[in-house]
Amino acid sequence: MAEPTKTIEIECLRFDPQTDTAPRYQTYKVPFTDDMSVLQGLQYIKDELDGSLTFRWSCRMAICGSCGSMIDGVPHLSCETFLRTYYPGKLRVEPLNHFPILRDLAIDQTDFVQKKLPSVKPYLIPREQKTPAQGEYLQTPAEMHKYYHYSECINCLLCYAACPQYGLDPKFTGPAAIALMHRYNSDSRDGGRAERAELANSDEGVWGCTLVGYCSEVCPKGVDPAHAVNQNKMASAVDYFLRFLRPYGGRR
Amino acid sequence: MTTVKTYVRPMAGWWRKNPFFVWYMIREASAPLFYLYALWLLAGIVALARGPAAYASWWAIAKHPLMIVANLIVLVFAVYHTWSWFSVLPKTTPDLDVAPGTLVTGGIVAAAVACAAVLAFALGATR
Repeated sequence: MAEPTKTIEIECLRFDPQTDTAPRYQTYKVPFTDDMSVLQGLQYIKDELDGSLTFRWSCRMAICGSCGSMIDGVPHLSCETFLRTYYPGKLRVEPLNHFPILRDLAIDQTDFVQKKLPSVKPYLIPREQKTPAQGEYLQTPAEMHKYYHYSECINCLLCYAACPQYGLDPKFTGPAAIALMHRYNSDSRDGGRAERAELANSDEGVWGCTLVGYCSEVCPKGVDPAHAVNQNKMASAVDYFLRFLRPYGGRR
Repeated sequence: MTTVKTYVRPMAGWWRKNPFFVWYMIREASAPLFYLYALWLLAGIVALARGPAAYASWWAIAKHPLMIVANLIVLVFAVYHTWSWFSVLPKTTPDLDVAPGTLVTGGIVAAAVACAAVLAFALGATR
């Protein structure tokens, strides 16, 4: 590896729940090469300058979704964002917006992992129950194409950090969870749309979105959550009006 | 499970922290201007129904330089609002086989042609 010849200043948000009442900022001087990511910069700080800096990471190749952070105020995966982009200026690294800070750059994801994600039933609810002996649930490539890009979500939460509606009202189910709901609703093998409709059609569901659209801008996987949410507003409106035409208001 | 002390950051001033949110707020905040403009046009129709004297006084206000400046301001916001509206159109349609860029350009061109047609008709009808 080439010897680093340049040095960049990384300003990190620091918060120690045992001693701090509010976050503070600490600046580190990090020698770097052009192929170093922001994550590698943070790892250099932890290894060489300050072992107390806390941040999450795992795969360092943009697939695990652990290392999301605000870099100069924009949600990025720190593993696929390069230090050279910010040189000769400095950069500021903060934990993802709209989530409680646990410590330094680590956020508390409990709300998403334990509430939002399970609430959309992100699993296949088979249209018809089959035993293994009856064979597989078959699907054509065209049917798979309908949901495939929504299935590429890695739960990195960049879209939640990009969504002011989630920040203003954390009851909003949010971009990634609704995109996953749409992923299963659009699957030809799935029959769970009615089960997911009550949440989808509520204020906490698709109607909590005001189409800011920044979630789709920051998504590192091209999932386009804003599209998933907003095409379901049409579906939700159709549900609303159809209930006047169905016996018992569509309730069974 | 133990409760962990966390820090929740305030949301105050959120939209000023990112240019993307500033443009979003301009899109949303411009809507009331069109509501006011529609009310002003409605007042013109009411004045027309009341007779020539009422219409002449509405027209006198409409021709005032300040009113023309107000009209131009609303026009600028209306053009931006229309552009931003068609820009988010690909997010609201079902999954189509049309590229998002084509949808946006098509919408803007269609809106421009429709406006030009209405304007040409109005100019022709009032000549």
